[in-house]
Amino acid sequence: MEKPLTQHVRPDGLALDLRAYETVGGYQGLRKALRTDPREIQQAVKDSNLRGRGGAGFPTGMKWSFVPMGADAPRPKYLICNADEMEPGTFKDRLLLEATPHQLIEGMSIAAWAIQAEVAYIFLRGEYVESARRLERALAEAYEARYLGKNIFGSGHHLEMYLHTSAGRYMCGEETGLLNALEGKRANPRTKPPFPQVSGLFGKPSIVQNVETLCCLPHIVNNGAEWFKKIGLTGDGGTKLYGASGKVKRPGLWELPMGTTVRELLEEHAGGMREGVRFRGLLPGGASTDFLTEEHLDVAMDFTALQKVGSRMGTGTMIVLDDQTCPVGMVWNLEKFFAQESCGWCTPCWSGLNWTERTLRALEQGQGREEDLEKLAYQSWFNAPGNTFCALAPGAVEPLQSALKYFREDFERHIREKRCPWK
Amino acid sequence: MPLSAEERREIEAEYARYPTKRAVCIDAMKIVQRHRGWVSDESLEEIAQLLEMSLDELDGVASFYNLLFRKPVGRHVVLLCDSVSCWIMGYDRLRERLCSKLGVHLGETTQDGRFTLLPIVCLGTCDHAPAMMVDEDLHRDLDPEKAAQALETYK
Repeated sequence: MEKPLTQHVRPDGLALDLRAYETVGGYQGLRKALRTDPREIQQAVKDSNLRGRGGAGFPTGMKWSFVPMGADAPRPKYLICNADEMEPGTFKDRLLLEATPHQLIEGMSIAAWAIQAEVAYIFLRGEYVESARRLERALAEAYEARYLGKNIFGSGHHLEMYLHTSAGRYMCGEETGLLNALEGKRANPRTKPPFPQVSGLFGKPSIVQNVETLCCLPHIVNNGAEWFKKIGLTGDGGTKLYGASGKVKRPGLWELPMGTTVRELLEEHAGGMREGVRFRGLLPGGASTDFLTEEHLDVAMDFTALQKVGSRMGTGTMIVLDDQTCPVGMVWNLEKFFAQESCGWCTPCWSGLNWTERTLRALEQGQGREEDLEKLAYQSWFNAPGNTFCALAPGAVEPLQSALKYFREDFERHIREKRCPWK
Repeated sequence: MPLSAEERREIEAEYARYPTKRAVCIDAMKIVQRHRGWVSDESLEEIAQLLEMSLDELDGVASFYNLLFRKPVGRHVVLLCDSVSCWIMGYDRLRERLCSKLGVHLGETTQDGRFTLLPIVCLGTCDHAPAMMVDEDLHRDLDPEKAAQALETYK
């Protein structure tokens, strides 16, 4: 089975240094890319059906196509890696950052060439201190080898790449919030349009991509769009870093073909549920995705199939709910997170999510009232896409609205019995 | 205490990475915090001056980011993950044990100034939940006793 992203991860988990990375073919993709017309690279990425791995699944090639090209394009253009992995239940980018930092640098360099960007930033969450150390070392190696800087491989192309370590807040992972954070501002979202591709960081054309997305690029350039597309089982291209946490036998992370089923992940790779607990449901791709239950286990974990059953792929790292864990308590925990992390910029989010959190707290503490379920349903509707400034609140209500659907009886029991039945 | 020559040097070294001075402000506050543990009003004023920002503007940034400390903290900062996977795997018991061991609530510093206990969002190590960070060290696969013991090594 092809595992382009993780095949060279060392068993001890230490980072591949430049020499080791080159021994296994590292930087061949960049060399090839720099001999290829940027528009051809863009086309190859379009043809590969690579979709963004940060959560939204936007087609990468299409995203790039909005960047102004040619001599008249505003300068500098920016390529930014979103390494602000903070979606609860998500731990996939950490592996790539820690184990294969050069793969990321190469992927970023290819993306920068494709959109003709001359400056790149890695926006890394502050808590990933080990990733920061390894990235700094890898960047220094790449500069020393002249794979970064001026006139890379004699191509005439320049690229400066910097590591920015952040100082917290989930909002920094939102594309435009991230741009504000990089400019030294609060990470509030920006109005779109203008889209970042046209007017992003410091008002210049900018592309923001997730770590895993960027790591796919050397392999697409090396092996071709068709090869990448064919790895996926269901149409979306490539492999995916899938993961599972919660009370499963073997929580972990696995690189598998895109479109692997929920059941295969849960039962084969994660080993099923631990002794003594039973499966009730799962969030397929982090905190801001809708619950799936038993009936959805044979669905393919890809962007399209999960959407069809009312959820989202998100980050592809599932959080499993078992029968010994209270679903209302779980949703309360999630909404507490979102209410806390709301930047306060728009009212439905800061007000709505705080009321949602308080209502769930009341339910969990035995003070729930009949009308609370309607209020929660109202908040789910109120914070839907289009009513809020960014995707935080719509994401926040995804686990809530689906929990109200699949675990309604558990919510009602909290009200009826005036207590949490799990306590 | 005014910014030291070293702090200034480190902050000014960041200028080359961004096209504006203000873009350096988060790095600047992190640099000061690395030297002093936190960012005081006085430090904030100096950074604002250095980066040609208004004090309020800079404080607006400082107060947004949870890893910038505007109050003194203990010698060691404990970041206890309270997000969903850790919650499922036993966060509540972990918190109770650490709070009682240290004699503090979340957000407080022990009387001897040794530890500050803070909540943190998902640390990105959910397959090894529950987890916490102490200073720059990640501690994983915890139970209440393991967590309490882990703190012993931080003097």
